[in-house]
Amino acid sequence: MSIDWKSYDPNGFYDELISSPGYPRAAARTLTSYLRSLSDEEIHERKAAAEHAIVEMGITFTVYTEGGNIDRAWPFDIIPRIIPRKEWMRVEEGLKQRVTALNLFINDLYNEQKIVKDKVFPKEVLAQSKNFREQCVGIQPAHGVWAHICGSDLVRDKDGTLYVLEDNLRVPSGVSYMLENRQVTKRVFPELFENYSILPVDEYPSQLFDMLASLSPRPLDYPEVVVLTPGIYNSAYFEHSFLAQRMGAELVEGSDLLVGEDDCVYMRTIGGLERVDVIYRRVDDLFLDPEAFNPDSMLGVPGLMRAWRKGNVALANAPGAGVADDKVVYAFVPEIIRYYLDQDPIIPNVPTYRCMYPDEREHVLKHLDELVIKPANESGGYGMLIGPHASKRQRAEFADLIKKDPRNYIAQPTLAISTTPTLCDGHLEPRHVDLRPFILQGVRTDVTAGGLTRVALRKGSLVVNSSQGGGSKDTWIVDTES
Amino acid sequence: MLSRVAERLYWMARYIERAENTARMVMAFSHLALDMPRSVQLSWKSMVSTTGGDAAFDHHYQRDDERNCVKFLLADLDNPGSIMSSLSGARENVRTTRDLVPSEAWESVNELYLFGKANAEAGVGKRGRYAFLSEIISRCQQITGLLAGTMSHDHAYDFIRAGRNLERADMSSRLLDVAGIGLLSKDEDMQPFENLLWINILKSVSGFQMYRQHVRRRVNGALVIQFLLQDKQFPRAIAHALGEVESSLANLPRNELPLRFIAQVKRHVLDAKVETLLKPEELHQFLDQIQMEMAETHASIADNWFRLDRAA
Repeated sequence: MSIDWKSYDPNGFYDELISSPGYPRAAARTLTSYLRSLSDEEIHERKAAAEHAIVEMGITFTVYTEGGNIDRAWPFDIIPRIIPRKEWMRVEEGLKQRVTALNLFINDLYNEQKIVKDKVFPKEVLAQSKNFREQCVGIQPAHGVWAHICGSDLVRDKDGTLYVLEDNLRVPSGVSYMLENRQVTKRVFPELFENYSILPVDEYPSQLFDMLASLSPRPLDYPEVVVLTPGIYNSAYFEHSFLAQRMGAELVEGSDLLVGEDDCVYMRTIGGLERVDVIYRRVDDLFLDPEAFNPDSMLGVPGLMRAWRKGNVALANAPGAGVADDKVVYAFVPEIIRYYLDQDPIIPNVPTYRCMYPDEREHVLKHLDELVIKPANESGGYGMLIGPHASKRQRAEFADLIKKDPRNYIAQPTLAISTTPTLCDGHLEPRHVDLRPFILQGVRTDVTAGGLTRVALRKGSLVVNSSQGGGSKDTWIVDTES
Repeated sequence: MLSRVAERLYWMARYIERAENTARMVMAFSHLALDMPRSVQLSWKSMVSTTGGDAAFDHHYQRDDERNCVKFLLADLDNPGSIMSSLSGARENVRTTRDLVPSEAWESVNELYLFGKANAEAGVGKRGRYAFLSEIISRCQQITGLLAGTMSHDHAYDFIRAGRNLERADMSSRLLDVAGIGLLSKDEDMQPFENLLWINILKSVSGFQMYRQHVRRRVNGALVIQFLLQDKQFPRAIAHALGEVESSLANLPRNELPLRFIAQVKRHVLDAKVETLLKPEELHQFLDQIQMEMAETHASIADNWFRLDRAA
């Protein structure tokens, strides 16, 4: 018994691979007919091969539990998600446009604040921002760029439109899984790579290194680039270590670095102290430097902000870049794009209600059962309310939270997020997915070909975070015209 | 190479070696206890003393009988030198440097720790002790072999080799100390047993056969002390282990100071006149001195490579 595409029914959701039961989309045809040619046993073998590869390659993520931290094997679904190249080219343009505008916005906020003076961006929103850092005012980082690495989450609605759901400008993670997913898929379906022209993703670590090297304050052939990790207990440690290895950069912890009397950053090596030029930091702003921020931080480096402000070391992403990824600022991104670039946004925002405005708040409180409520400064899917799935009591709790701190909440309609075929107990079922492409901005801007497709493995679930039962898939940008 | 990483690898190696040698020492002492004439009372506490654990022991235990002493050395997490503390230290250090060692090494260290955790209690009792200690020794040997055979012999490995051998030299000196306490007494009752008991000491470092091949004379106290102290070929002899430390450190950058320390202790070991060390007090005093010089060597390694500050 092999896969019967006629019995695969996405139930009215937009499906990434088929347009209606039995009818695959053009770019997916080679894949669907190939899958149909496999017996159940063969599919099972491919799945087992993938699981084996994941264990062997040591791909893990860390979950915080009562019993301490546990490394779990990365949950992966072998059926790739496919996006036609033609569509992707437009998305790529849209992402470049968005990140360019966001960087202009951040640079403006920390310098002249023209956008505030011109009353396009409200003063009150800025005044209440939790991620605006006084310590960064007046700084002009290299190329005027603050968010060098951005991970924007995209979702597709019922009619097939792709929306940006959020931008992650602080320390976005997941790119190592994008790279590893491709490696695993190549092992599992090598035949398909011969019959498809799939855009490669493997260049990312070199692009990342080149971008980071371009930020060096010293004009050297080989600037010292390091990755700063909070350490092995961080849930993304696997990725920190992975990227450091792929870039050939040292993976350092705060205690490995020190700021000298010359306000330069050095790392402690067995050969003595070595000057560091660029730090790809995977530590949150507030833990970067106990002298400037949280004095209890054991993760940071005393004096680091001083060294950065003097231009003796580059930090990526720059401290304070998070001011633009708060979910209230998100609501203003279309205006931000128009203001700085005088262009219409290529990829739309999800319509967003800002609870700080009384009329919008009223609407939200009246329609709690239809909306998704998100706190402005949480990530990982924590602290959210999915209205249609919530109990009466949960909705009442959120109504209180919103009234107490309206500036901290936004609301969006529940989108009918697209599905894609996913292997569940030996057969294919539709599961909801999002997509996180990664954008690198330095002198030039690069976008990954595709990104990390995250899939909600539980039936009907919309939560794709790995910490909450999500998995991931390889994402293929497929050229159908060559 | 980062100082922190070097330090963790060095300690990982020390902890593995410490676990193995503590197992060897307890094994030797347990054999000794079985072979001793009934009239001779063996002090289990003396074994605790040679590991420098007196204060911690007295704090936690009322009676210094066999069970308590063995428990303290095998399973007690309050004793930083116990086998379980060592395994846990090794595991933590390799867990934080997983990228630098072959992945089988991490797996083996992890499994060894889990084995210890599940079986240490049983190893405290007389009946399960031999099996437990043998397993610890052979698994530690396996890890040491795995690192030697699958890891590039680069700076990272130099730190592992230095740590392992400094710990080994230190522990061999403590084993000799235990032997001295038990065997070099003037007790008349002991005479007929003495040589048999020295054989036990050699066996506990897997050195009996090598002794026979290289010394070629019947076993006696003076020759065993000389063999374990000054032999340059036997891997668990102090002189050999210190030579290994020296050659590892010689590969590292900026090594003048630590090299001076290691050369000094090695010279003192090789220059020692064994005939002057045949009384328990004299041997103990000499070994104490050597242990102190090894501790200074360690401090110099740490200052030189692990603790760089602004002044450096």
